[in-house]
Amino acid sequence: MTALGDLVRWLSDPANWQGSHGIPVRVLEHIELSGFSVLVALVIAMPIALYLGHTGRAGFIAINVANIGRALPSLALLAFGLVIAISLGLGLGFWPTVFALVPLAIPPIVTNAYVAIREVDRDIVEAARGMGLSEGQILRSIEIPLGLPVILSGIRTAAVNVVATATLGALVAGGALGRFIVDGLALQEYDQLMAGALLVALLAVATEVSFGALERATVPAGMRVVR
Amino acid sequence: MAERAGATVELREVTKRYGDTVAVDRLSFTVPAGRICVLVGPSGCGKTTSLRMVNRLIEPSSGEILIDGQNVLADDPTQLRRRIGYVIQQTGLFPHQTVAENIATVPRLLGWPKERIQARVDELMKLIGLDPERMRRRYPAQLSGGERQRVGVARAMAAEPPLMLMDEPFAAVDPIVRERLQNEFLRLQRAQGITVIFVTHDIDEAIKLGDRVAVMRLGHLVQYAPPAELLAHPADDFVAQFVGSDRGLKRLSLLTVGGVELAPVDRAKLDGAPVLPSSMSLRDALAVMLSSEAQEAPVMDGDRYLGALSLQQIGRILRVDEPA
Amino acid sequence: MTPGEPLVRWDWIASHAGEIGQRVGEHLELTVIAVAVGVVIAFVLSLLALRIPALYGPITWTTGILYTIPSLALFALLIPYTGLSLLSAEIGLVSYTLLILIRNIVAGVRGVPVEVRDAARGMGYTDRQILWRVELPLALAVIFAGIRVATITTIGLVTVTALIGQGGMGYFILLGIQLFFSTALIVGALGSVVLAVLADAALVLVQQALTPWTHAR
Repeated sequence: MTALGDLVRWLSDPANWQGSHGIPVRVLEHIELSGFSVLVALVIAMPIALYLGHTGRAGFIAINVANIGRALPSLALLAFGLVIAISLGLGLGFWPTVFALVPLAIPPIVTNAYVAIREVDRDIVEAARGMGLSEGQILRSIEIPLGLPVILSGIRTAAVNVVATATLGALVAGGALGRFIVDGLALQEYDQLMAGALLVALLAVATEVSFGALERATVPAGMRVVR
Repeated sequence: MAERAGATVELREVTKRYGDTVAVDRLSFTVPAGRICVLVGPSGCGKTTSLRMVNRLIEPSSGEILIDGQNVLADDPTQLRRRIGYVIQQTGLFPHQTVAENIATVPRLLGWPKERIQARVDELMKLIGLDPERMRRRYPAQLSGGERQRVGVARAMAAEPPLMLMDEPFAAVDPIVRERLQNEFLRLQRAQGITVIFVTHDIDEAIKLGDRVAVMRLGHLVQYAPPAELLAHPADDFVAQFVGSDRGLKRLSLLTVGGVELAPVDRAKLDGAPVLPSSMSLRDALAVMLSSEAQEAPVMDGDRYLGALSLQQIGRILRVDEPA
Repeated sequence: MTPGEPLVRWDWIASHAGEIGQRVGEHLELTVIAVAVGVVIAFVLSLLALRIPALYGPITWTTGILYTIPSLALFALLIPYTGLSLLSAEIGLVSYTLLILIRNIVAGVRGVPVEVRDAARGMGYTDRQILWRVELPLALAVIFAGIRVATITTIGLVTVTALIGQGGMGYFILLGIQLFFSTALIVGALGSVVLAVLADAALVLVQQALTPWTHAR
């Protein structure tokens, strides 16, 4: 178990917690990179998904886009991100990774939001329409609140995938926690490698768990009673 | 079709307890071989529990269940079930198997040779009115509700069981199909001589199908009698209410015109009145006479004139058995 | 990318056809081993969870954590123990299939209508016969949906194993990134996507052959 011992020693070395290459900076970089990418994906995907869900259009595509997304290898996305960023003159590191992470985050957001809106009982929507609510009001006051847990679960899937894949950004000279892994691999420094892996794993699990808690908290009170 | 004898079934003090609740309380009755016994009662009366204890899908807490004198509780449950037909409301047909495979289920479990299974499947499909050539390879999803129920019954009969258990088998189909399925079932049961225990919540179905009817309430057997007896002499207010205020009329449907003592009226006086065949039920006769405004009508057995039936007579029969 | 360099250099593809074919084979091999081993392990764990329902929570929780851990991190954690090897790659790939497969197997079996199970028991099927002849065949469609998702996911993840010396089509992607060479990038990325689509189509055909009752009309 020397590997574990090395890992503990590396993590307890104060030098690894300081400066621009220290753990806190890398964690912040990772969160920044992931958060920004998910935000961009939300801005692009959510209006489309809510519109399609409300009107029931393009259901086949909206439902299957998540499966198509799964088939896209993250490494390939990174490669295309690299091509795009360089041809736009945005350089290495941050932007190629963002261009890779945004398309990765969009499919689960679209599919879940679409399904969330479609699964709201059509009778309730009809009743609302019958009482004179406008389409926008129906979406805002009925479909989104009732579908919120499912919508959030799509954002959770996207966020966890993004946090995981942001690690690959180090391959295109990005920062974040992938740095430790990629450098550790290249230099055969297994303590650094494992520390990076452990930190990314913890960050991903933390993302998963906090979104899970958020989902449970957003189940409308009236529906919680029924369960 | 070879004549096969059904089994005699006897329940002795059969009880099912769930914790402190008694679902079935000291239930005792005997079903004679080849007869249909219908368990009837409101939901929660313990009729389905009682049925499921016979093939031990539910284990009785105490009591004995004898099939041809053999205690079923001494048997291995799966072996026992292969000897007892079982039909349920939702049919429980296997969606991943064809009609033929479904019907062959128990014969295959029993290891019958292939040719015998296939012959039996064809025979049963013809009996239930499905063309084997056309329907054998269909899946349950490709059948109508009525056809599915027929296949369910055929599957239960496949291994020539001496006893069949049926739990509301016709409740999920529309009234017209139900009527047809009931008639087919009666014909089939009479031909095969199988003993049947049948659960329903529908008193009309119980009266139509049952040789004996067991009325249950809150886990107790309230009355066990042939349908006519049940209608004529309900054991208590509950049974009277359950069989309905029109029970006199229901009873008329069990009696035939030919079974009544007819008046020797001159045939010539009855010209213009509707002619009643002797096999007609008294209920139908009443309807015919009321709609034709005849007070008396001639009863015929083929070409032979038997006598006259009058409205007063029917009224007398209705009144005779009214309890005080 | 180098200026003047075309996006796709067909002559490079032509001259590397042999190597591309070899990497495709490697990609498929990594995938098939991972999914096959994953199915076996998931099947055993699912039967356990079906037999002892209290175990379903802990099993999905553990496999859920495995699924959440980033692939690169998991491979990295294995390196000190199993090295830059096929074994490291497969341990990682297999652990990603488990959650999807177990969820689908258990959901498929639990989704068998109560009355079908009741009828089977009433006709004298033993518990084992009910599992093998009724529940599992009926769950096949749902199980296959899980196998499809697991296969697609695995084909994508195999590219990441290029970082630990395996990788199939991932090898070309990594090569493209390291050399700024778009032809290799496109060969690797497109190859991986095409493999996923073809594998999915093949699985659909297999499923239709195995479950004729789901599409009989």
